[in-house]
Amino acid sequence: MPQKVFAPWEDQDEKPLIRFRDVTKRFGDFTAIDQINLDIYAKEFFALLGPSGCGKTTLMRMLAGFETPTEGVIELAGQDIAPVPPNQRAVNMMFQSYALFPHLSVWENIAFGLKREKKDKGTIETRVSEMLKLTRLEKFARRKPHQISGGQRQRVALARSLAKAPKLLLLDEPLGALDRKLREETQFELMDIQEKTGTTFVIVTHDQEEAMTVASRVAVMDEGKLMQVATPDRIYEAPSSVYVADFIGDVNIIEGKAHQTGDRLQVDWAEGQPALSAKTTDDYSLGQTCYLAIRPEKVAISAERPTGANVLQGEVLDIAYLGNISTYHVKLPTGHVIKAQQANTRRIARRPFTWEDKVWISWSETAAVVLNQ
Amino acid sequence: MRRLIVIAIPYLWLLALFLIPFVIVVKISLSDVALARPPYFPQWDWSAGWQGIRDFFAELDFENFIFLTSDDLYWKAYLSSAKIALISTFLTLLVGFPIAYGMARAPEHWRPTLMMLVILPFWTSFLIRVYSWMGILSQGGLLNSLLLSIGLISEPLTILNTDTAVYIGIVYTYLPFMILPVYAALEKLDGSLLEAAEDLGCSRLSAFWLVTVPLSRAGVVAGCFLVFIPAIGEFVIPSLLGGSETLMIGKVLYEEFFSNRDWPVASAVAVVLLLILVVPIVLFQRNQQKQAEAEA
Ligand SMILES: Nc1ncnc2c1ncn2[C@@H]1O[C@H](COP(=O)(O)OP(=O)(O)OP(=O)(O)O)[C@@H](O)[C@H]1O
Ligand SMILES: [Mg+2]
Repeated sequence: MPQKVFAPWEDQDEKPLIRFRDVTKRFGDFTAIDQINLDIYAKEFFALLGPSGCGKTTLMRMLAGFETPTEGVIELAGQDIAPVPPNQRAVNMMFQSYALFPHLSVWENIAFGLKREKKDKGTIETRVSEMLKLTRLEKFARRKPHQISGGQRQRVALARSLAKAPKLLLLDEPLGALDRKLREETQFELMDIQEKTGTTFVIVTHDQEEAMTVASRVAVMDEGKLMQVATPDRIYEAPSSVYVADFIGDVNIIEGKAHQTGDRLQVDWAEGQPALSAKTTDDYSLGQTCYLAIRPEKVAISAERPTGANVLQGEVLDIAYLGNISTYHVKLPTGHVIKAQQANTRRIARRPFTWEDKVWISWSETAAVVLNQ
Repeated sequence: MRRLIVIAIPYLWLLALFLIPFVIVVKISLSDVALARPPYFPQWDWSAGWQGIRDFFAELDFENFIFLTSDDLYWKAYLSSAKIALISTFLTLLVGFPIAYGMARAPEHWRPTLMMLVILPFWTSFLIRVYSWMGILSQGGLLNSLLLSIGLISEPLTILNTDTAVYIGIVYTYLPFMILPVYAALEKLDGSLLEAAEDLGCSRLSAFWLVTVPLSRAGVVAGCFLVFIPAIGEFVIPSLLGGSETLMIGKVLYEEFFSNRDWPVASAVAVVLLLILVVPIVLFQRNQQKQAEAEA
């Protein structure tokens, strides 16, 4: 059964729910957000990724209404939201610091927003117990925030922001303190909620795997700028810059000079070494600096010389055993270290390569992404 | 051993500076007034040995306490002191809370200066400051001249030697004791809690009532006790600023002691005052303890 793909950003007629237009935010003379243009569509699950201090929280705080842009306009459903105070925005935020009310119990924390809406008692009770169940906090309902663990506090904060079922939900690192299993379960819960309620999510995360799992689109930020905004697979497979490629997942970057013939690029990367070849649709002038980004899992490692487009010999420098896969760090005679990944289908004792083994590494012409910055 | 000394020091301190004087006061309160020096009887007779001690205890009785109930001056004074202390505590809170709030909201680099300003009056003698209030509040004083000169009043106001002057004096004197604990509580308040409250639909005002007020409660309670407890036994302020009809137990005590030279009755007044104060002091301790627990 062919399913309609959810991709409103590709539809010219679709109106975005949130629109940042040339938004800049300065604190004194420090620019936290630098000329951002961004559209986020209704029912998206939008992930913000970036190093610490790049402005993710600031972006969220502008959406929630705690900061006003120094320049530019933020529109929510076509309306400039600058004059709307935080308590009148159909937006709820889960704070990075949780910001739980220390004098209220878990139950009262979750009910706080509902009570402000003057909902009747029964409705509030049902809703709060729903949230408690969702975040598995039933047992802790009567406790105060200082009487529960860090992960439990994070779940209270999540439950509190979900309780009002807002149009737009801002989650600032919602799952960072949870163990892997609970985090995965909660991720699926979030996606489930999103599907059921049609809420738009903007989520900050440091965990790229999380971004890949849950997000409809991912924005990679650096120093207040958007580096790339695209679907997770595009970000991973077709990063627009070395920065993005390096930030998302593991990658080998090889710098060289371009020599283009049609869609094939020959890259001179080291003295006395055969040029590496890659495919690209971009145009490179002769001798232009370019970068090859190759994911480790696309680099094959073998004891015998393979046939292929790019074949290099080296020596195993290091092996990182990650359970299901191993990453081999292979040192080339030129001094470059290339990472190659291999699935561990056999037990560790029968691992084919060990330290200081001479090995061959190879990758195909289409494995590498050619980048110009 | 070291630990023992560390624990012992505060207890010795309490023993020497509170418990022993208190026992002496209790002893005097159980004695009879006498025209002697010191002006009470019995005296401890060291030379008579056991017999002396037995005689001594045989002479002690609760006469003075019974006397306190026979004259309604005393309970009226206690009651009026409690009323004045209660009202001035409330007024101090009314003045102190906004100041503490403003200090906690001020830019961080300003706060030490503001704190300094609150504490600064302590560097001048308390007595001098109360005297200067006499200069401000008297008929021809600064306040009246100012109000007359700007034409707000045509007759000088009588403030000095009334209860109003006592309230002004107490609020002025004890204000720092209110501001400091309230400020400490408000300063600790995490600003993101107010943002969270607003995010969840509160107006600024309801965020104040639902978050700021409950979270500064412990500081407010501490401040109120710190004002109420000394204010109830206050003597200098009512005698300098208050009128003849301002009835406070501190003044009664002073008069019994120095005018009547009735040390036993004066001591009985003091003992009863302490017993009355035990209640708020215990409550204060509880509050501090609860707060410490909440922070742990
Ligand atoms: N109120 C403020 N005054 C001055 N500078 C600020 C303020 N708020 C944020 N900044 C600065 O703006 C930059 C972006 O901050 P922000 O909190 O958005 O980072 P972030 O991407 O959320 O980082 P993290 O991942 O560590 O949470 C930081 O360099 C920070 O120091
Ligand atoms: Mg942040």
